[in-house]
Amino acid sequence: MLTGHEIRDRIARRETSALEITKRSIDAVAASEPELRAYLTLTPEYALARAAEIDARLARGEDCGPLAGVPVAIKDLFCTQGVRTTSGSKILANFVPPYSATVVAKLESAGAVMIGKTNMDEFAMGSSCENSGFHPTRNPWDLSRVPGGSSGGSASTVGARGVPIAVGTDTGGSIREPASFCNIVGVKPTYGRVSRYGMIAFASSLDQAGPMTADVRDAAIVLEAIAGLDPMDSTSADVPVPHYEDALRDDLRGVKVGIVREFESSISGDAAMSSLYKEAYAALVRLGAELVEVSLPHAKYGLATYYLIAPAECSSNLARYDGARYGVRVSDGGDVYQMFERTRAAGFGPEVKRRIILGTYALCSGYYDAYYVRAQKVRTLMKQDFDTAFSACDVIACPAVSCPPFELGAKSDPVAMYLMDYFTIPMSLAGIAAMSVPAGYVDGLPVGLQIAAPAFEEGRMLGVAHAYEQSTRFAWARAPKVGAA
Amino acid sequence: MKTSPDVATTETAKHDYEPVIGLEVHVELKTKSKMFCSCRNEFGAEPNTAVCPTCLGMPGSLPVINRVAVEYLCKAGFALGCDVAPYSKFDRKNYFYPDMPKNYQISQYDMPLTTGGGVTLSSGKRIRLNRIHLEEDTGKNLHAGGAMAGSDYTLIDYNRAGVPLMEIVSEPDISSSDEAEDYLAELKAVLSYIGVSDVKMHEGSLRCDANVSIRPRGANELGTKTEVKNMNSFRSVGRAIKHEIARQAERLAAGDRIVQETRGWDEVKGTTYSMRSKEEAHDYRYFPEPDLVPLALDADVLARWRSELPELPDARRKRFAQQYGLSEYDAQVLTAERSDADFYEATAAACDDPKQAANWLMGDVRRALQSAGFTALAQSPMTAAQLGELIRLVKSGAITGKAGKEVCDILVAKGGDPNAIVAERGLGAVTDSTEIAAMVDQAITANQKSVDAYKGGKANAFDFIVGQVMKVSRGKANVEIVRALIKERLG
Repeated sequence: MLTGHEIRDRIARRETSALEITKRSIDAVAASEPELRAYLTLTPEYALARAAEIDARLARGEDCGPLAGVPVAIKDLFCTQGVRTTSGSKILANFVPPYSATVVAKLESAGAVMIGKTNMDEFAMGSSCENSGFHPTRNPWDLSRVPGGSSGGSASTVGARGVPIAVGTDTGGSIREPASFCNIVGVKPTYGRVSRYGMIAFASSLDQAGPMTADVRDAAIVLEAIAGLDPMDSTSADVPVPHYEDALRDDLRGVKVGIVREFESSISGDAAMSSLYKEAYAALVRLGAELVEVSLPHAKYGLATYYLIAPAECSSNLARYDGARYGVRVSDGGDVYQMFERTRAAGFGPEVKRRIILGTYALCSGYYDAYYVRAQKVRTLMKQDFDTAFSACDVIACPAVSCPPFELGAKSDPVAMYLMDYFTIPMSLAGIAAMSVPAGYVDGLPVGLQIAAPAFEEGRMLGVAHAYEQSTRFAWARAPKVGAA
Repeated sequence: MKTSPDVATTETAKHDYEPVIGLEVHVELKTKSKMFCSCRNEFGAEPNTAVCPTCLGMPGSLPVINRVAVEYLCKAGFALGCDVAPYSKFDRKNYFYPDMPKNYQISQYDMPLTTGGGVTLSSGKRIRLNRIHLEEDTGKNLHAGGAMAGSDYTLIDYNRAGVPLMEIVSEPDISSSDEAEDYLAELKAVLSYIGVSDVKMHEGSLRCDANVSIRPRGANELGTKTEVKNMNSFRSVGRAIKHEIARQAERLAAGDRIVQETRGWDEVKGTTYSMRSKEEAHDYRYFPEPDLVPLALDADVLARWRSELPELPDARRKRFAQQYGLSEYDAQVLTAERSDADFYEATAAACDDPKQAANWLMGDVRRALQSAGFTALAQSPMTAAQLGELIRLVKSGAITGKAGKEVCDILVAKGGDPNAIVAERGLGAVTDSTEIAAMVDQAITANQKSVDAYKGGKANAFDFIVGQVMKVSRGKANVEIVRALIKERLG
């Protein structure tokens, strides 16, 4: 499978058609799916009809958008009108939304062709895709390993090149960690850059949609297509959306790259990971960047802060799943509260229940000030940490993860799983832009470099990532062939 | 005569205890669309037809603040003398209830849109307000059989879910059930004046909970309060409070303690009953609504809203008394509804007689409304210009007062041009002296006994003869001319 921009260019030159590309994507996914299980719902009929329609429009000379005929996969927490949307939860196993998320609508108007809805940790809670209410997904680089999470299905299918482009969501690292695990590019935009309308909420003040793509150029194209103010989302920002492809650069002369002191000392114990990142920073220097040391003194409180705010919000956001209006209902003749309890007991998985309990506790009167309010204060301090850091550098480069993809079942302790987001959570709490770009291999398994930029400086971030990607070419490496195709 | 125990304890309570009452009033705002979505806000639509993903709490839906609801609340705040906050925020109030689509309600917790302010009772006493905040209404549960307990199933209508609701919280300044009813009436008058709500308690656009406690007269410490719910009219609010005061007094007199709890009002039995105790009370786990950004209102927007307020009932009442020379009672009645007061002023201008306009509106028009089956002046098709013309016709003697009443009945029921009605029905006054003289002579001849009686000094015999003439003329003879001619004939 080609990249999105290659498809765009070839369709423009009439070397291929949307229908031909879509068929190829459907076949590739069908071939790898028995092993990867990256999807919860496939929509081949819809995709073929839409591709034919796009070809017809192109034949009439119409402009069908920057992603005309490009197959995309959609994380199953974006509502898709008429197509089942589960958020990875059994409680929504039968939910068919009557409306589409703004991100989905924007991708469609950009000409993209949805070929399916991807697997994920239930309600985006998890870092391995093992918390899916349906089945785990596997990593195309090693089928015994996880693709990361929560956007694991999207990462896996792009990693296997079933599609060149997927969208995921990132609350504490749910785009960046799986991107790192599957050797793809994953962008978590600034909070407010992309509309959350129609995205099934996990933690409203942190959730953000972003591209998961084969390369940085595709990420730039997709971000431009989905970003912008949305009257349906009051938290979306009224900040102009630049043409991000213009920001892509090939060298880093004059760019100051911040290296986070606290992160470097925490990764230093792992020789392989440490040397991989040292080599990544050296590559940036070879491109002309200047490295400066910066400090994020409150980053060490990131996990504790995140695990108060996110569960608190989720405990409220997930209250609506009670079986009364939609979704699965479990009722056997008791009263309405028994119906609520039985529905939720049967519909939610253990990790979701754990976080609802954590969050309910943190919001209880008497604990609210000690937990939630205090966590919000730390969050403010973390934003200030980044403000200070960015006064000394243009972007930050740091680890995306502390390890390469692990084996299924390896992290049975929830806290061990939570630690997977150690390097990604601070940027989420601060609401700034961050991404992961392929940075090499440890024992043949992919590892990503995280690049972070100030709020709404996605262009600067993508520019640096592009230069790095072009010179290192790790993004070009393909996963071992999965399936027959 | 035996007094009922309730009345007896009420009397005791009046002597020994002082009631302390605060009211929480929920008022639905009359906006075109709902609080956080564009669904229409309308009472009485087919169930579940005014709904969308947002007000149904569907996954992925998000709220967007209705600016008109904010404007209406701020206007209510200005009208009630509140401090309107230029910066406030919304919070989530979390609890599970089937009529709440998200199982949380978007409300305002620690930064309400307004604080302070007050309502002046007709006695002149001022009831202070604590706050007014903005929130969304819930849906409506319709239990098979009427009550949740024992019903086989419950249907939910979400048309009301997401309707903008303001909660007006008073300080515990109210000391009797009468004051509570008066407070509600004043509040209703102000809110209907500024046009932000229908304020109809029977349709649920105004709902009231009462916090009631009593304490020994003269004591500083507050007693334990109960919250009384489920009243469906101002009258039942008064009754419920009266009952609750008596119940608490009875308890204390018996040496019991008052339990802090929520009590429901049973309209049929006329009693309150325990719904849930403080121990069973919800922990609402309030936290700032992360789907909305804080609400910041520019000073010039607030100033504009304030300047758009109409004349309020209290000010209008005073002006009516002064400008039109009306009694305090008349001014009060005529200003209770803004549309009535507007109608009055237009009528007064049309007939150029404010006093007569008041008399007609409070007398014949009111009676005619009743017989036409209308409950409000606004329901009648009659215009102020039509009523003004009618008053002119009567004043000028063009029709008699009796004919005027007949025309008034027609106007109130159907509207129309009074002159045309008079012509059509032949109701024009007879003012031709020769014609009247003939009728007078006829009456004198036919009633010689009364003539003699009058001549013998019985003054009321004169009125009888006048009456006979009027009867003959079918009420149309000009009564002044009739009187003058009779006097002339009988010397």
